[in-house]
Amino acid sequence: MRLLAAMSGGVDSAVAAALAVDAGHDVTGVHLALSPDRQTLRSGARGCCSVEDAHDARRVADELGIPFYVWDLAERFTEDVVDDFVAEYAAGRTPNPCLRCNERVKFAAVLDRAQALGFDAVVTGHHARLVDGELRRSVDAGKDQSYVLAVLTAQQLAGAVFPLGSMTKQRVRQIAAERGFAVATKADSHDICFIPDGDTRGFLARRLGERPGPVVDAATGATVGEHAGTYGFTVGQRRGLGAAVGDSRPRYVLGIEPVTRTVTIGTADLAGVGEVRTAAPTWTGPAPQLPARAEVQLRAHGTPVPCEVTAGDGGGLRLLLDEQQRGVAPGQSAVLYAPDAERGDLVLGQGTVVAASRRVPA
Amino acid sequence: MTYLDHAATTPVLPEVVAAMTEQLGRVGNASSLHASGRAARRVAEQSRERLAEALGARPSEVLFTAGGTEGDNLAVKGLFWARREVDSRRRRIVASPAEHHAVLDSVEWLAKHEGADITWLAVEPTGRVAPEALRTALGTAEDVALASVMWANNEVGTVSDLAALAEVAHAVGVPLHTDAVQAVGQVPVDFGASGVDALSMTGHKLGGPMAAGVLLLRRDTECMPLLHGGGQERDVRSGTLDVAAIVGLQVATCTAVGSREERAARLAALRDRLVAGVMAQVPDVQLNGAPLDDVVAGGPGRLPGNAHLSFPGAEGDALLMLLDARGVECSTGSACSAGVARPSHVLLAVGADPDRARSSLRFSFGHTSVEEDVDAVLDVIGPVVERARRAGLGRGDKE
Repeated sequence: MRLLAAMSGGVDSAVAAALAVDAGHDVTGVHLALSPDRQTLRSGARGCCSVEDAHDARRVADELGIPFYVWDLAERFTEDVVDDFVAEYAAGRTPNPCLRCNERVKFAAVLDRAQALGFDAVVTGHHARLVDGELRRSVDAGKDQSYVLAVLTAQQLAGAVFPLGSMTKQRVRQIAAERGFAVATKADSHDICFIPDGDTRGFLARRLGERPGPVVDAATGATVGEHAGTYGFTVGQRRGLGAAVGDSRPRYVLGIEPVTRTVTIGTADLAGVGEVRTAAPTWTGPAPQLPARAEVQLRAHGTPVPCEVTAGDGGGLRLLLDEQQRGVAPGQSAVLYAPDAERGDLVLGQGTVVAASRRVPA
Repeated sequence: MTYLDHAATTPVLPEVVAAMTEQLGRVGNASSLHASGRAARRVAEQSRERLAEALGARPSEVLFTAGGTEGDNLAVKGLFWARREVDSRRRRIVASPAEHHAVLDSVEWLAKHEGADITWLAVEPTGRVAPEALRTALGTAEDVALASVMWANNEVGTVSDLAALAEVAHAVGVPLHTDAVQAVGQVPVDFGASGVDALSMTGHKLGGPMAAGVLLLRRDTECMPLLHGGGQERDVRSGTLDVAAIVGLQVATCTAVGSREERAARLAALRDRLVAGVMAQVPDVQLNGAPLDDVVAGGPGRLPGNAHLSFPGAEGDALLMLLDARGVECSTGSACSAGVARPSHVLLAVGADPDRARSSLRFSFGHTSVEEDVDAVLDVIGPVVERARRAGLGRGDKE
């Protein structure tokens, strides 16, 4: 196959590209210049991005002896991922920018361009298994990235190759070291790539400005504190609430109301969620017959919980959880899996959380 | 492999390799007083004299540098500082916006850090700077430190009339620098006859080694050094002479200048066949720069080996990649340090719309180019352009 390897400059995508070459494919490397951070522009004439990451990726490509190019997708990334991220927070939701990037940049703009240029598929270093069009969790549960890939459709998955799903991260680093890649010991990226200092609240404050509002106790309806902007909060959040309530029981964010800028907090017994409603779902394969049994994961590193999947309003889903969950934030994806201990849990699809309610399980 | 990127760098001539290899085997610092030093100095000074002769300069006007970028930086900054020191009103620099980044960024650096004011010259759609444009920009010129206009443009290959420009500059007492990196060996370059005050050139564009070049500086032109030290090169450019590189540079330059006419005719014929062949397959292709048969000051108005083309609806980036995959090597102009291909700043400077600037490719012929190179491009260009057009003008256009 003619494959386009998306090379971030990290160890995973380096090894993914190397394995694609080993498998006998005709591989071309491409680094996606995504940084919308105009402070890194050297001059108006030549906009630059993650110079060091591009260098690291190029070094690996040169070692592999494959062609390598840099594609400038900063504009598309800014529009579809960064601006979306800011707008979602402004609307009181908690977005997942990696998922959005996969949905709209890597497996949309990049894949479309790759296929137009004659490539059969895009190779990435995601930790997930993709065999016969079925997307499954990685064998390395700690590094599994199937959650942020669940938004991909069958058509997008047909243009994707994930060579790392059947190996652990440790094995990936070992392969990189054996091949003498300088990135073998490069630190994992944990944070949001466009917020390199990890200060999401500060990033949003710069974009959205001060938007003060009240912190209200759900039990009494009383205003118990002030905040500088609802974008500093996520449903389920426990720390940094800036509120003084009479007793010492921990409080959680229960809801965010962007128009009145109200952050509602409450005790653990109020924070549990038993029913989740989503927007219209996407499926990685044929849409399942509803109702159905599945496991749902409600955030990137969340624990999956068994649930009943039923049809909801407006083409969305209604998920009835077997056990109550805390921290079900609108804007996150509810990713549905069919458990499979042997071959890896199968990703069925996902829907964006639009609402959650307590509903005590029967 | 079809190498059509000679304007980026061109293969080193065999006689250059031989001359450099011979010199590398000898010990000697050209500044030393003993026999080994004298022998090295003799080789360096012979090279200086031969280079001077080939370029229409006096030997004392030849300053060895580490290439075109250094020559441009030294001339722009050195002339600015020297002229401002004599008269503090002289802080304006008049330059073409189509210059190489070695000039552009030097000028902008001076504006940012040394209080220089910049007047960007009006450039003709071909990329040429007309003498009238320079006259207008200079005005009475009592505040002007220097002017800088390249001899031949590195992207679109357009040649300007430096003698006419120098006359305009000198009429108001302003020194003129020219970046002649692409011109030497391609079009007639006579430093003395042109009247320009400073001229930078480099070896690796004409078959010499990389990181070896010359700044020609008129004897009466003051220039502050960037590098201080042993006082070599008229105290304007300190540093131990790289004698092997210098001899290589000299052999390459003399060979290129000596064989210029014959080669220019041959390369122009190859280039013309390429352009005609591409136009036959891609009827809406646009030739950037001056017409192929353009004439300026009685000589070629366009570099003989340069073909700069825009392919509407395709991205240069994609074209380059597809051609590379088919064994054809060319260029899109410039890339940033992270490797992102940028729309040609030259085309933007001459008023082309950004899409045209993004959809351009430069094919440049050189001394090793043959008919088969043209055939190789014509064999693939049609389908390549078609495919690149399917991929669109990049930037992830939304459907």
